[in-house]
Amino acid sequence: MACKKCQTEPVYVLQNHAPLCKQHYLHYFEKKVLKTIRTYKMLEKGDILVSALSGGKDSMTCLYLLHQYCQKQGIPVKALAIDEGIEKYREQTLKDAATFCKTYKIPLTVLSFKKMFGFTLDSYLKDHKMNPCTACGISRRYLINRGARELGATKVATGHNLDDEAQTLLMNQFKGNISLSAKLGPMTGALMHKQFVRRIKPLYFMTEKEVALYAVLMEFPVTFVECPNAEGAFRLQLGEVLNTWEQKYPGTKQGIVNSFLEILPSLREQFKSTKQAIGTCESCGEPAAKTLCRTCELLEKIKVKKK
Amino acid sequence: MQVIAHIERTKKTTKVELPAKATVKHLLEKLAVNPVTVLVTRDQKVLIETQELKDKDTVKILSVVSGG
Ligand code: SF4
Ligand SMILES: [Zn+2]
Ligand SMILES: [Zn+2]
Repeated sequence: MACKKCQTEPVYVLQNHAPLCKQHYLHYFEKKVLKTIRTYKMLEKGDILVSALSGGKDSMTCLYLLHQYCQKQGIPVKALAIDEGIEKYREQTLKDAATFCKTYKIPLTVLSFKKMFGFTLDSYLKDHKMNPCTACGISRRYLINRGARELGATKVATGHNLDDEAQTLLMNQFKGNISLSAKLGPMTGALMHKQFVRRIKPLYFMTEKEVALYAVLMEFPVTFVECPNAEGAFRLQLGEVLNTWEQKYPGTKQGIVNSFLEILPSLREQFKSTKQAIGTCESCGEPAAKTLCRTCELLEKIKVKKK
Repeated sequence: MQVIAHIERTKKTTKVELPAKATVKHLLEKLAVNPVTVLVTRDQKVLIETQELKDKDTVKILSVVSGG
């Protein structure tokens, strides 16, 4: 087998069985991401972009491609990293993030749970029985939104890929949380709250393997480490199931996401007013579904404990 | 023939017995690894599943699945 375009050695085989060499794979990937950005009108002149950077393959690839795109369009780009305080994991990925930003001369801001909330994720989990990824996810999304807004962003990008989206969709289905899916999609809906920065996901149609291959071929400074809390996570199990099916029936993940995109407009319409964070947190002023936002709820639990 | 497989995630190296002309696909089957979840490299080059392996080849298996 040889690359269908230039007959050299292939590094990847597309779902339609066409093999691609390194150069043509990179081209295929970039073109598909660019198409996603354009189709969903993710960025416009006048935007200020903040890209969330974890230091992993997804966020690095996302930032790299957006940086290239925005330079041509005259859109300023900044990177924002969140330090949750996860030992034996985050130090390494933050180091990689810093190396990356230095190489490509992208300004990087790091916000930590410790500084912003007064606890690290590790210490919080020691005192509270809670799913690590729930506590982590809530507070990280909070800081990404707040941090991006304070950096002047009109859009905030994340490295979510096709696998992530398919997993989240199934998770919402299995747990009976379909209203949460109304918040998904390649770009979050129109302004729901003036404090919300609109989120974009340029890697939305790329599989996790494709992103990893791109990052490896581009020789990004990624250390493929895994969060110690990830083991046993519901999401990881779902990912495994999905990949088993993907192997047997190629296109499964894409099928799940495509079906979702078809009903997304009606889903958004249906859940327009309910269960969405449209109020304002009494404690911190961020968007909230109840009187307190979910991050302030977590912080309340700590205070109660300390009393 | 024998192929040496280095699994990055676990930092383990195993020797795998394979029939002559076995491919990357055969290797992954033998290791019970789903090809959708890994990249396989030899001498820093990424291999596709149909790539034939040679006796004494050393390959690296990199997991692409991340949690979180
Ligand atoms: S795996 Fe869970 S705890 Fe670890 S970084 Fe991801 S969301 Fe946070
Ligand atoms: Zn080619
Ligand atoms: Zn709050």
